[in-house]
Amino acid sequence: METIGRALVDAIRLLRELDPELVETVALTLQVTLGALIIALVSGIPIGAAVGLARRLPGRALIVPVIYTGMGLPPVTVGLFTYLLLSNQGPLGGLGWLFTPTGMITAQTFIAFPLVVGLTMTSVQGVDPDVRTQMIALGASNRQVALTILTEARIGVTAAVVAAYGSIISEVGAVMLVGGNIEGETRVLTTAIVLETRQGNFALALALGIVLLGIAFLTNFLFHRLQVRQGGP
Amino acid sequence: MRRRVGPLLVVVLALVGCSRGSSEVGVLRLATTTSTADSGLLDAILPAFEEEYRARVDVVATGTGQAIELGEAGDADVILVHARALEDAFVAEGHGTERFDVMYNDFVIVGPEDDPASIEGVSVAADALGLIAGSQATFASRGDSSGTHTKERALWEAAGIDPDTGSGWYKSLGQGMGDTLNFANETGAYTLSDRGTYLSQQANLPNLSVLVGGMSIAENADPALLNPYGVIPVDPDKGNIDAELAEQFVEWLTSVETQSRIEKVGVDAFGQPLFYPDSEKWRNR
Repeated sequence: METIGRALVDAIRLLRELDPELVETVALTLQVTLGALIIALVSGIPIGAAVGLARRLPGRALIVPVIYTGMGLPPVTVGLFTYLLLSNQGPLGGLGWLFTPTGMITAQTFIAFPLVVGLTMTSVQGVDPDVRTQMIALGASNRQVALTILTEARIGVTAAVVAAYGSIISEVGAVMLVGGNIEGETRVLTTAIVLETRQGNFALALALGIVLLGIAFLTNFLFHRLQVRQGGP
Repeated sequence: MRRRVGPLLVVVLALVGCSRGSSEVGVLRLATTTSTADSGLLDAILPAFEEEYRARVDVVATGTGQAIELGEAGDADVILVHARALEDAFVAEGHGTERFDVMYNDFVIVGPEDDPASIEGVSVAADALGLIAGSQATFASRGDSSGTHTKERALWEAAGIDPDTGSGWYKSLGQGMGDTLNFANETGAYTLSDRGTYLSQQANLPNLSVLVGGMSIAENADPALLNPYGVIPVDPDKGNIDAELAEQFVEWLTSVETQSRIEKVGVDAFGQPLFYPDSEKWRNR
């Protein structure tokens, strides 16, 4: 109980003082998370919509289970895969991305992408098929049809954004492996929490956890406002 | 309804029986550093203790900082760590009863074979660190308040250098020894490692070699690189501490028989021991 109380006091103090190390860690956390989220959304939403809307998709029986499996990938496995990809001996070693924020964004994108694809796919499939029939009858192009159906499915698509965001901002295994938790370079909130816990600084670790929770809540609050404005629940 | 009572009763009795059975075996909670667990030392010696004392040892292998914190909180019965100053403070503050010598190994500075700071052959670790800082070659620090990190800070202090993480060449990782060695291997960095962990991972570290500290502890010319381990029973007044078992463990760990077993760990795989016995009983044998 005493540790939890001290953690709350510490969290408030860190935030009030705008502790420079904390600000740096938060900024990098947001940079990596949002970077990966944007790449995953820009690539994942069109692909998810295409898979969901395709009338005849060769290999759908295989593609869909693969996407579903991707949605449940253990992040540390993704981290290991990215590590080997970016390592000196790996195929992309020449890029020099290992132990950099760019490498962390790469790993996080691999984690978020299947979530965005899978949830976009199921939400466009949930749209009333009549919408599509009517639009085609009215002479709409494939692109127009897809955009309209995505708009109809926006609540589900927002859920995809929220799920992808939540899974990567709270993720520790992949960013630890690929980023290396270097102070001032690749240390994010989750890896800082692991480090402080291992050092026995439980109060500071918990304080960082509270900050992480606060950021996640704030962002999700904004997402929800967006959803409400779009006519969601 | 009546029919279901029979099997249910059997299950309940079985559960009660199980919990009874397990409580007869003493459980020793050992908080220790990753090096003793990762090197295979504990796996090699603990079964003998468990058999002799009809007890089970629950090992929490973590950084020295957290291991000590576990002892302070009374979440461990005994701690086995390697950071002398922290150990003495632990006893002085009354968290532990007494510190006993157990064993030692040594630290080495490893680095890339092309050795940009030209430290190969330097016998004093602090001098080598001075050369690394002077040439701004990348140095990977554990940065996790572990025993190894504590030693590294002391060596920098001896060199009269206060490395700054903002300078670019000094990387504070906040990770375990294995991860830090992987980092050094990938990025061509220097790092300080305990010899045991380096030897056990050497096969996966093609770009690294020992530059300061020699090929075995006998060749290590810098006494500052010695790495002594101590065992401390946690103060029984914290409550829930199995003080008797903790004392038996210390007695057993420092006995000549266990010490000679410690000396054999690693000899088959690496041609040299990973830890050298150093208990009082061993020295006076």
